[in-house]
Amino acid sequence: MANKIRVATTSLAGCFGCHMSFLDIDERMLQLVELVEFDRSPITDIEHCTNCDIGLIEGGVCNSENVHVLREFRANCKILVAVGACAINGGLPAMRNHITLEECLNEAYMDGIGVENPQIPSDIELPLLLDQVRPIHEVVKIDYFLPGCPPSADVFWKFLTDLIEGREPALPYELVHYD
Amino acid sequence: MSKTITIDGKIIPFEDGQTIMDAAMAAGVYIPHLCHQPEFTPHGSCKLCTVNVNGRNCTACTFPAIDGQEVLNETQELIDDRKKITQMLFVEGNHFCPSCEKTGNCQLQGVAYHLNMLDNHFPLFYPDRKVDASHTEVMIDHNRCIFCTLCVRASQQKDGKDVFAISGRGIDKHLIVNAQSGLLKDTDLNVTDHACAVCPTGAILIKRTGYQVPIGQRIYDHKQIDQVSLATEQHKHGE
Repeated sequence: MANKIRVATTSLAGCFGCHMSFLDIDERMLQLVELVEFDRSPITDIEHCTNCDIGLIEGGVCNSENVHVLREFRANCKILVAVGACAINGGLPAMRNHITLEECLNEAYMDGIGVENPQIPSDIELPLLLDQVRPIHEVVKIDYFLPGCPPSADVFWKFLTDLIEGREPALPYELVHYD
Repeated sequence: MSKTITIDGKIIPFEDGQTIMDAAMAAGVYIPHLCHQPEFTPHGSCKLCTVNVNGRNCTACTFPAIDGQEVLNETQELIDDRKKITQMLFVEGNHFCPSCEKTGNCQLQGVAYHLNMLDNHFPLFYPDRKVDASHTEVMIDHNRCIFCTLCVRASQQKDGKDVFAISGRGIDKHLIVNAQSGLLKDTDLNVTDHACAVCPTGAILIKRTGYQVPIGQRIYDHKQIDQVSLATEQHKHGE
């Protein structure tokens, strides 16, 4: 089906909770896949996105790889969507913004309770951590925002069906939650 | 003939001495607000109640109603202004609703929901602020303080104490407590004080009560703040 709407999804500094909530649309997924085709996504294992209509981004940016992925999505998605609290305001990972990176790494890998063979991971394959976790609208232009921790399945459904059916997406009061 | 103003074209009666907010509330017209509660002297600091009066913007909670005023409240321009103000309040502090026990009962959140605020628009400040959990029954989480001064006014005007004040200016503005140590435990605050119950956000919390009502069954989870505000605050005007 060449004319299906192409959707890509990713989780940056997120917990995949938003993806799990998306899957909570349950049997409506069957209706959705009649209309959309998933490109890069944890659901498909496609590694890079190309020519997509909609990109759904979960999580904020906490490391250099997050920034590259986010820019790839922006370059390849007509519509980019911040999904969930972490994408919108940094969320729980951003609580480390009040602690220096050195203190964070020391606590996790050197001095923390139960740490064995203490060493700070430095493999060249590991993306470098940013000094702070930032929301994605500070890095690229974002077209729509779906708040919630996570946004409910109904939020995903309402938003995607609005877009697919050519309406301006709108969330009624009952679907707007920050928690 | 009684004196009247109009709000969005609707005729609203008022009595001398009433503000535009007083008159609106009494007539069942909601004007968004956070730093205002009818029992306390208006402060006019949150600016959410900004309305247009005869062509000029001013805060409805401090501006006296005067016969013949034409007030605009629910215009798209004012709604957009209020959304921007609310976004600024969010980015200036650390408001992470999923980890806040006030979520669902928070007026800042309630106003944001009412305005259909879906994003923060501005870059986040992530300011470094402290938590004062020294008191046995009450805690202050400075991350969530929006400097509305409701606790300051409640302590002075209802509790007959002077527990809270705002210190510093601009970005260094912060809530302080009346104790040499700077700690809440060394003040004469009591958990039953009005000052403990008046905070519109999760900045002042009564300990061990936060999860008595489950998330999802809280005030603003299902009811909009305009209905809640009119139902709970309307009768207090004119007291």
